[in-house]
Amino acid sequence: MLQYIIKRLLLLPFLLFIFSVIAFALIQAPPGDFVTSYIAELAAGGSAVEQAQIDALREQYGLDQPMTVQYVKWITRILQGDLGVSLDWKKPNAELIGERLALTLLLGLFTFIFTWAVAIPIGIYSATHQYSALDYFFTIFNYFGIATPTFMTALVVMWLAFKYFGVSVTGLFSPEYIDAPWSWAKFMDLLSHIWFPMVILGLDGTARLARVMRANLLDELKKPYMEMARAKGMSEWRLVMKYPVRLALNPLISTIGWYLPLLFSGSVIVATVLNLPTIGPLLLRALITQDMFLAGIIILIYCGLAIIGTLISDILLAWIDPRIRMEES
Amino acid sequence: MSNPTPLLSVRNLKTYFDLDEGQVKAVDGVSFDVQPGQVVGIVGESGCGKSVTIKSVLRIIQPPGRLVEGEILFNPDNGGGQGPIDLAKFDPNSKQMRAIRGKDIALIPQEPMAAFSPVHTIGNQIMEAILLHQPVTKKEARQITIERLREVGVPSPQDRIDAYSWELSGGLRQRAMIAMALACNPKLLIADEPTTAIDVTTQAQILNLLRNLQQQHNTAIIFITHDLGVIAQIADYVVVMYLGRVMETGPVDDIFHAPQHPYTRALLESIPTIQSAPREPLPTIAGSIPHPFNRPPGCPFFPRCPDFIPDTCNAQTPTLQPINQRQSASCFLYHDEAEEN
Repeated sequence: MLQYIIKRLLLLPFLLFIFSVIAFALIQAPPGDFVTSYIAELAAGGSAVEQAQIDALREQYGLDQPMTVQYVKWITRILQGDLGVSLDWKKPNAELIGERLALTLLLGLFTFIFTWAVAIPIGIYSATHQYSALDYFFTIFNYFGIATPTFMTALVVMWLAFKYFGVSVTGLFSPEYIDAPWSWAKFMDLLSHIWFPMVILGLDGTARLARVMRANLLDELKKPYMEMARAKGMSEWRLVMKYPVRLALNPLISTIGWYLPLLFSGSVIVATVLNLPTIGPLLLRALITQDMFLAGIIILIYCGLAIIGTLISDILLAWIDPRIRMEES
Repeated sequence: MSNPTPLLSVRNLKTYFDLDEGQVKAVDGVSFDVQPGQVVGIVGESGCGKSVTIKSVLRIIQPPGRLVEGEILFNPDNGGGQGPIDLAKFDPNSKQMRAIRGKDIALIPQEPMAAFSPVHTIGNQIMEAILLHQPVTKKEARQITIERLREVGVPSPQDRIDAYSWELSGGLRQRAMIAMALACNPKLLIADEPTTAIDVTTQAQILNLLRNLQQQHNTAIIFITHDLGVIAQIADYVVVMYLGRVMETGPVDDIFHAPQHPYTRALLESIPTIQSAPREPLPTIAGSIPHPFNRPPGCPFFPRCPDFIPDTCNAQTPTLQPINQRQSASCFLYHDEAEEN
């Protein structure tokens, strides 16, 4: 087991290197650079920029150098702990990302717990009561959840909340706390706001997870070990929880890995709609303005999260499934 | 031969499956007795309802299947005490039924690989059977489990108890299953084709083991198989089934040496023997098993029967009639009223 984890950990830096190259290549891929879009913005505002000024800007940001040089400079700074400065915001990237990343992770964690806490019991109920009225209800509900774009749900619920209750459900804080320093009261305020984006963001995942859990469990419920457990005189509830549920969860554990980054990248539009101070909208803006160093850092963080997520699910899987554990050792 | 109170007496058992395509009468009026300490072999082709019969006895038939009628009289005290209990009257998941299942009546399943959970150790699963029915601590249950594993011939049971089923060979796996079935000293052991999934050598060992255990503990066994050779080795008494009905019953020697029902005869004739001429096709039973939705009226076997009596076999359903002191058959050849008509 320990050997297995160490093996995975040793792979980490290597993977991160590959991802950093890809991340850098990706942010370089669109035609033009930050200066191009900056000039376009200025031109749209009616002011012209001279070529000398443009060249000066390019030189200042090191954009006139070959890509490999730019990459090496960029990655070296990151390794030294310097995340660079956002060209667009004129602020250090670390400062821009810091709090947003924490809020994103918190929201992600809440959404994750919500998704599993709701979807797994629904899946278990639907599978053990297949074709019952409630199963059909959940099935319809789940298809709605999967079929409706999350941002659409967010818009509809926002509108309903405003029209009928006069409440604005956007953001993660009440106006008086947005710029306030962290305090217990601010944290409680956060908790009183976070449930709404949690539910909206979690709906789609909940619906999918409940479907998968139902299908997995239905397969397991037909297995001969069920009959054996019944023949032993176990009560139905206990045996369902002990054997098939346990086995139906195994494949789901491996989805935790890609769930982590998906929650961030998948929530960009919803976060924009709901005006959440999370990382998604920041990335969106950085990409539009070609704020390459900020975008690069965020993409690199995504990659890091993907790797960590995979590592977590690998470890969890080895922990709960002896077949995988034995295979590795 | 004295006739003690049977340990199990199945009377006119009917288990039907209500499917979208129609009703399948998987078990349609089956009756047989199991005496204490007796090995009863139920034999028949695939789909004849042998497995459904014993699942009905255990009350583990799952929807869309349901027990329609019949009595399952179980007599664990051997006549003394409260007398026979009708298992058919219990709710399948009731406390009373669950207290009997696994304790007084235990199952050895067909495929030990699939019947063990792959993510729990065999010890965990055997101990579970003990803890469900006996007032012992976990530690004691573990000791009993090790003892049982030793009894069924699992080498170094103190280590194997923590093994997963997929770490064991097919033979050991089935031995572990038998240990689990014997965990609570059942009065009746139901073995559902326990040797189908293992090779012939191991099969012989498992059969010997079952025979020895049966003699030591005086456990009655219902042994289900489609293999007449296995029946000859292990059974005292034989029930021959075809399409959900009992065709013939009798002591094993009479069934093999003096089969009465045309179906039993046909079955025995289709066994290859060492005397059969080389390159000769084996005798087979004409035709094939009818589709469950198209059961023939009357005797289920009449379309394939060499002794078919027109206007009788396809019109009326024969019932199980005693032929001599030991054997009974369900056939108009032995039906007195039918001949009188």
